[in-house]
Amino acid sequence: MIGATSFSPLLLAAGAGADSFLERLPLVIRDTVAGVFPAPLQWLVGSTLSIVAIVAIFGGIFAGLTLVERKMLGRIQNRPGPNRTGPMGLLQPIADGIKALTKEDIVPRSADHLLHYLAPVALLAFSILTFAVIPFGRNLVPLELDAAVLYFFAAGAASELAIFMAGWASRNKFSLLAAMRALAQLISYELPLLLSFVPIIMLAGTLSMTGIIDAQAGWQLGFIPRWYIFTPWGFAAFVIFLIAALAESNRSPFDLPEAESELIAGHLTEYSGFKYALFFMAEYFGMIALSGMAITLFLGGWRAPLPFLEFIPSYAWFGAKLLVLLLFFIWIRGTFPRLRIDQLTRLAWKFLVPLALVNLGTAAFWSLTSGWSGALQLVRWALTIAMVIGPFVLLGRGLSGTHRPRTYRYA
Amino acid sequence: MLGSGLLQGLKVTAKNLVGSFHDPERLTTLEYPEQKAKLPENYRNFPFLVSENATDPMGTLRCVGCQICEKECPPQCIYIEKSKDKKPDATGKMQVYPVVFDIDTSVCMSCQICVEVCPFEAIKMDQVFEIATKDRFTALLLDRNQLAKPNSYYHEIHPTEAAEVDARLLAERKAAEEKAKAAATPKPAVAPTPSPTATAPKPPEAPAAGGTPAP
Repeated sequence: MIGATSFSPLLLAAGAGADSFLERLPLVIRDTVAGVFPAPLQWLVGSTLSIVAIVAIFGGIFAGLTLVERKMLGRIQNRPGPNRTGPMGLLQPIADGIKALTKEDIVPRSADHLLHYLAPVALLAFSILTFAVIPFGRNLVPLELDAAVLYFFAAGAASELAIFMAGWASRNKFSLLAAMRALAQLISYELPLLLSFVPIIMLAGTLSMTGIIDAQAGWQLGFIPRWYIFTPWGFAAFVIFLIAALAESNRSPFDLPEAESELIAGHLTEYSGFKYALFFMAEYFGMIALSGMAITLFLGGWRAPLPFLEFIPSYAWFGAKLLVLLLFFIWIRGTFPRLRIDQLTRLAWKFLVPLALVNLGTAAFWSLTSGWSGALQLVRWALTIAMVIGPFVLLGRGLSGTHRPRTYRYA
Repeated sequence: MLGSGLLQGLKVTAKNLVGSFHDPERLTTLEYPEQKAKLPENYRNFPFLVSENATDPMGTLRCVGCQICEKECPPQCIYIEKSKDKKPDATGKMQVYPVVFDIDTSVCMSCQICVEVCPFEAIKMDQVFEIATKDRFTALLLDRNQLAKPNSYYHEIHPTEAAEVDARLLAERKAAEEKAKAAATPKPAVAPTPSPTATAPKPPEAPAAGGTPAP
């Protein structure tokens, strides 16, 4: 963990706002509180404070997000959404929390009691673990790891284990089916998810999150940030990453594991009360963490989008980008119907994986031609855009199968 | 191209999202306890007793305690006790009145038979639906004070039907007055006016002229 006293000179030189008081405020608070304790305990207190801050802030975001999601889905369906609890329904998350806490916790008699109890705890633990490596601000990296990207996806993939644990321990056919679907979905979408950002690691030359953000520093033409999303291959990779992230976090339209219309509530069928709330929380934490990852990899992390906006502290930019992504996820949930399991796997294996592999070549071309300038620069852009759109159109044709309208035969 | 449909869908939902904030016409839902939907005129459940005057509902009940509804009621949910004395009714005639008129709404099946058999237009179907109570025994047994509602309320909920009923009652009252006048004059047996009775069914409507030709 980077302390307030150990700024790296590179970070200090990065921008004018790097040393402002607001930028240092979280670290100052942490060091002041930790300074009260004797020296051998300071690292422990500092880490505990970071953990408390993460759990409190993202717990708050989770509570607010449940309300925002219901409000927004309501508006998308032309109805007002929850507005009874408190002014404009603002107290709804509190009411939901009280309800979840006071509800009876039912465990099926034939369930595996230990696993049934452990599953929500493990799921939440894994999803909180992923927050450890996300850079929330210029100096706000809870844990500085050299292989942070690998760590993040290892912890994220482990959460599927907890979902299978829940499905298996419930001893319920719906739960088990949902858990199997979740595993199939995980295996299908882990590949495009990981392949989509391999070009970034290739170009940045590092697996460290701060390294990737540093690689996106600077401006093109003086005002366009050098984020990876503003390159053709980066944009394609971002779209692939978003689709795969939706599937990874079991969000609509890839919410097959908890398809209400088919599987009751999927792996949540046998859960009630606070355990259910924990599952819910873990799902949102997963979504928030993957959004944070998308911000770090493609959207320049905590960097400001325009040079003159750099006076705003970096964590505010991170929060703003996170909010935009989360609202986009809700928008998608309110728009698209759920995929069938065969459509889901076909989309992954026949479309996203080949596209991500082609994108690897595109990024390699982009990297090799970085020396081109003048008119060649235009050629470079045109070629890369063609290398992105061409495979997209061709593979898209293959995805829809035959070009004839489908005929139905009835017995 | 692949994905254009997805973008179109996103456009539709974005329009809904933004539009529902600045265009209240889009919000089709009603905030129920505060706003209520207008019920269709023909909606009916649970009978009520019609009184002529809102200020004195018990004195101006149309019901004369004839007990026809009590006898016709299929689930036997009506209980009536007649009065010993008489009071002038809506037409001015001296009539008995119900001292007790109870309807057990936990038994009533809203079949409207009581309304159809009543010769005095005294019992009509209501439009209440917020009938939840905390006590399932006494609170669901409605007495005549709870059942009596003024004629103006009847006009509110079933305007067409109430207008027809009022016209019929007026004609009846006129006929009764004329009959009384005729009885008062010394010359008997001149022309007995054929008065329409309250329970007389309306003549069936003639089929519309120029209907669709037979195929």
